[in-house]
Amino acid sequence: MSTLRFIVDNFDQVMYLSWEHVWIVGLALLIATPIGISLGIVITRHEQFASRILNGANILMTVPSIALFGLMLPVLSIVNMGLGKVPAVIALVLYSQLPIIRNTYTAIKNVPPPLVDAGRGMGMGKWELLRELEIPLATPVIIAGLRTAAVMNIGIAAIATYIGAGGLGVYIQQGIARVYPEMILSGAILVSLLAIIVDGGMAMLERLATPEGIKVQRKLLR
Amino acid sequence: MITYDSITKIFGTGGDAVTALDNVSFTIPQGEIVVFLGPSGCGKTTTLRLTNRLETLTRGNITIEDQNIMDIDIVQLRQRLGYVIQAIGLFPNKTIAENIAVVPKLLGWDKERISKRIDDLLEMNNLEPELYRERYPAELSGGQQQRVGVARGLAADPGILLMDEPFGAIDPINREEIQNEFLKLQAKLKKTVAFVSHDIHEAIKMGDRIAIFDKGRLIQYDTPEVILTQPKNKFVADFVGSDRALKVLGLMRVSDVINRKPKNIVQGADRSQEALNFLDAKGFRYGIVIERNKPIGHVTQKSLKYEEGPVRDVVERYPLFLREKTSLRDVLSFMLMHDAGTFCVVDEDKNFAGTVTYNDIQKAVKESYADEAESGENEVSA
Repeated sequence: MSTLRFIVDNFDQVMYLSWEHVWIVGLALLIATPIGISLGIVITRHEQFASRILNGANILMTVPSIALFGLMLPVLSIVNMGLGKVPAVIALVLYSQLPIIRNTYTAIKNVPPPLVDAGRGMGMGKWELLRELEIPLATPVIIAGLRTAAVMNIGIAAIATYIGAGGLGVYIQQGIARVYPEMILSGAILVSLLAIIVDGGMAMLERLATPEGIKVQRKLLR
Repeated sequence: MITYDSITKIFGTGGDAVTALDNVSFTIPQGEIVVFLGPSGCGKTTTLRLTNRLETLTRGNITIEDQNIMDIDIVQLRQRLGYVIQAIGLFPNKTIAENIAVVPKLLGWDKERISKRIDDLLEMNNLEPELYRERYPAELSGGQQQRVGVARGLAADPGILLMDEPFGAIDPINREEIQNEFLKLQAKLKKTVAFVSHDIHEAIKMGDRIAIFDKGRLIQYDTPEVILTQPKNKFVADFVGSDRALKVLGLMRVSDVINRKPKNIVQGADRSQEALNFLDAKGFRYGIVIERNKPIGHVTQKSLKYEEGPVRDVVERYPLFLREKTSLRDVLSFMLMHDAGTFCVVDEDKNFAGTVTYNDIQKAVKESYADEAESGENEVSA
């Protein structure tokens, strides 16, 4: 109850921090998506790089976020950006790569070979195949990757508050420092709520982006 | 016309190399359907895929309409060759209309021309345009999907069609129907068709010629009749099956064996005793009864013996009449079903055209196997 009171009393700040949080995650996703999807598509055409790229993205995932911030600090300090939103966004972009690349790669690989063959046999070029067949069929799975990345990033962005990125993590960090349970709880609840909302929104997008013909197919197969 | 000139395809290199096709040469004449037949891994599909360069030749030449396929831009080549594969080849994310439009769109046709072409093709394939244009492949039955597949292959009106087991995934009843439809279409369009199949029945039915492959070699290239009656070796004989006499019957028509002037004819108005005397004198066991030039049935000496009235009163009617284009396989089946040794053949106006007897059929089959019987190569496994 007192947590709710805290949120209501600080509503303006809550809104500001939420917006800041969304802004960091959104910008990171906006940058990560074209990079991840392109890389994912490129490695379907050049299999020799596939395992290297995927392993690289995998290793990135295993680096704890707090360590990544620490590692980037001296490097970005050279251009005077060691703290703040820039390193936060960069870290989120890096963490997003694995789900986006892997889902794109898997989705395009999963387009049934007879379909690709039919397209090639009819004289479709690489780009036409991508545009007309492979990307439409892969879109739902690619968006599922974006969804994973977005939800994961909302959690990681809460930690970015330690390098001064702002966002809802501020409540958690300051709440701990001040031993102020309502503040900690507010931060935690708001971050979770944000994650749930974004997850729901992305799920809707996933449904919207599914080609009509595939929806029909799924419905009939059920 | 497609010419294959000593084509060889080797997959892989060094120790892993597999020879999929070994020095194969043959020609598909203009406007004919040639079925590539053989067990899986025999090289039939590889041959087809070499034609539109989905695979690359190791050695040899393929020419279409006197042009080497290697001299044609790969995309242009594929757009010139209609490509039909099993129904799963339809793009599930596109409507039927969009699926058919793929090649015309690649060729840059304008919208109206494409739209008109889609309607024409759907009608040609017995699919109502208004009903099917905007549907998705998943909403169609297997047979309907395959018709769309054929329509898509024909979209840009290519002179040559490459068909890779196009009707393989369809249930037998629908397959029969769609095969018939395709043959009707082909009679009009006269495309040069390379047709891959593993089904001997389909090959006999669809093929003007059959190319039988085994282990990357072309074993025999002939018309269905020759393949059935003079299989080149044991492999072909086994592949076409020990029931090939029946299959030959499927290829022969009533017109091949019809007896147009049978002598045991009696008129319906004749008196029974007159007819009996006539049959007795000529030594016929039965007579075919004709009235106003239309056959109605038959009478035997036994059935006439104690009758006084006209023949038409005692006639035993035929359960059915044959047409000249009825296949002998069907005729034999009727004979077995109706326990009859003779049937009458009629023309469009139901006028008497002749008779077919069991003996006629047997003689015809024997004749078509005459060569084989003489050379004594009857080593077909039971």
